[in-house]
Amino acid sequence: MSQYRMQIMVCGGAGCSDLNSEAIFDNLQLEIEAFALENEIQVVRTGCFGLCGLGPVVRVMPDEVIYTHVSPDDATEIVSEHVLKGRKVERLLHKDPVSQKILATEPELSACKKQLRIVLRNCGIIDPENIEEAIAANAYEALAKALTELTPDEAIKIIKDSGLRGRGGGGFPTGLKWEIARKNQAEEKYVVCNADEGDPGAFMDRSVLEGDPHAVLEAMAICGYCIGAANGLIYIRAEYPLAVARLKTAISQARQYGLLGSNIMGTGFNFDIGIKYGAGAFVCGEETALIHSMEGLRGEPTVKPPFPAESGFRGKPTNVNNVETFACISPVILKGADWFRSIGTEKSKGTKVFALAGKINNVGLVEVPMGTTLREVVFEIGGGIRDGKKFKAAQTGGPSGGCLTEKHLDTPIDFDNLIAAGSMMGSGGLIVMDEDDCMVSVAKFFLEFTVEESCGKCSPCRIGNKRLHELLEHITKGKGAPADLDRLRNMSRVIKDTSLCGLGQSSPNPVLSTLDNFYEEYESHVTAKKCPAGQCRDLMEYFIIEANCVGCTACARVCPVNAITGERKEPHIINPEICIKCGACKEKCKFDAIIIH
Amino acid sequence: MKTIKSPEELRRLRNEILGRVHPKGDGTNEKVLVRVHSGTSGLASGANEIFDFITLELEKRNIDAVVIRTGDMGYCFAEPTIEVTLPGRKPVVFGNVDRHKADEIIEKYIKGGELLEGILPVNYQTIE
Repeated sequence: MSQYRMQIMVCGGAGCSDLNSEAIFDNLQLEIEAFALENEIQVVRTGCFGLCGLGPVVRVMPDEVIYTHVSPDDATEIVSEHVLKGRKVERLLHKDPVSQKILATEPELSACKKQLRIVLRNCGIIDPENIEEAIAANAYEALAKALTELTPDEAIKIIKDSGLRGRGGGGFPTGLKWEIARKNQAEEKYVVCNADEGDPGAFMDRSVLEGDPHAVLEAMAICGYCIGAANGLIYIRAEYPLAVARLKTAISQARQYGLLGSNIMGTGFNFDIGIKYGAGAFVCGEETALIHSMEGLRGEPTVKPPFPAESGFRGKPTNVNNVETFACISPVILKGADWFRSIGTEKSKGTKVFALAGKINNVGLVEVPMGTTLREVVFEIGGGIRDGKKFKAAQTGGPSGGCLTEKHLDTPIDFDNLIAAGSMMGSGGLIVMDEDDCMVSVAKFFLEFTVEESCGKCSPCRIGNKRLHELLEHITKGKGAPADLDRLRNMSRVIKDTSLCGLGQSSPNPVLSTLDNFYEEYESHVTAKKCPAGQCRDLMEYFIIEANCVGCTACARVCPVNAITGERKEPHIINPEICIKCGACKEKCKFDAIIIH
Repeated sequence: MKTIKSPEELRRLRNEILGRVHPKGDGTNEKVLVRVHSGTSGLASGANEIFDFITLELEKRNIDAVVIRTGDMGYCFAEPTIEVTLPGRKPVVFGNVDRHKADEIIEKYIKGGELLEGILPVNYQTIE
């Protein structure tokens, strides 16, 4: 059907572009034209192949051959050998370093790709509003297997052996959680799916629910079978209308097909799922607060123990897992614990979905095996920093986490390494910051969020975070003193040690981790009253360079507060007392005479 | 709509569906398969408009195709994205699709198999 007999795809991803893939494209084009083949052979630039470590890569279709580490000079040989004579250019094929086997085609090379999709396996592939597509993609097979071939204890053992840990942030072993819930006897138990997803910048749960809702429904049913529950509840924020709508459709279709409800697949197992809406409070991601919110009470946490596994929803044993955790369950049941264990690091198995946001080129979702380094995520998969700026830090764990800096770039990301680095996994938001970001302002931003979201039940969190935020506000306004930095640290420790729930216990983390990693930046705010990143407005001073100013009066005319004075054709001056630092003058000046201190 | 009464029935239904549709879109589809990624980020960038445009235009231009809405693939930086699977070919994902681009995809890729700028290759491996 193609008019072209052959198509050559040149990777134009960030990694390959840095290695001059543009010149490869040009040279290939020239070679093709030299042989007058432009009507037969098409050369096209594409996005990233995910083979950044082997770049620049060139793929030849329909042969599916992939050339690696290609240089612009190789274009001649690719055209003369492969295109004209149909012979592969052997020296450009990738050789497996261990087996020395040549891996030439895309499927063979797929193991070299950094991303592995387990949780996102069906996202973007199936129609989430058509259960038949999900069934065709193997949905409910794991449930069938569990119900007919496994006892609850055997199924729990598989989950335990797989090493799966909760993806919502805490990293508690999922199998163990199920086992505890199973052991607690009660005539009624509940399975709850936490789809509250409150971290700013994290949206993987939403994507899973929008793209593959049946993965979650099936896993909840498996969990119900394991712990002995007949009722499931999904706690989802009403801010996710599309996810809610697709979940509702999925639930009603699953009921119609007899995959939810009574006597599922004729096995005698009953399980049904309902939806509870949250109003979008961050604290309701904490399991006890979530349960209270579902009961119609205020979304406030209570002291654990009792854990929800003993006394949860309506006082009954309740197992709460996050969306991403549930999405891992079916593959684990079907492919076995050993398969899952083979992915990831020693103590963190499987994959993790990250939501890349901030100053990064490829904003979006990526799923990588645990143990992938921050460098691989940011610079290879994420396409690097926007506008070629310098990487400064990456915040993981949202407002409860900390920042990772350049020195952490090569640390394998997993639960324990992140904690050792002063941050945490959290739900997987990864906000990337560049040289223009002021770390004091970043800490202030996250504090602002926690102050807003604190439920107010315990005083360390309610009052402490407020005071912490005020201190940061002072510092960014240039009113801070060196002693404030110690006060920041002390107050942070007290809040961490004395708060009731995870929100308060982790809210000072952004402050502590930026203090640890960027102390000089704080220092310069309080001593020199300067913001090195040039972000804190109150610490900036606009200044006219006398030599460059021609006295055109353009700046004086645009200044909204008349802070600029001077005679025509004479250098002007800015009165810092009146200046509101709006930047209008700098924008207007054609002579680069206005600078920021 | 039938109720599944045993695991065997589930498997039978799966095989039957696999004979009708090709959810994995691996090239064994007989008709052109277009997936419009319509999660929140896709929709926010105009996936609905693209879905309507493609459905209408394919019909107008007498191309027998199946157009479906799916969730997002995570390519938020390039939304709206669509995936086109021509019979006998591997799926191809196009990013930053507006009406103009969608028209080009229909004319050049769907009709003639010609590749276009803006392709997002499969940069991940996935499980079966």
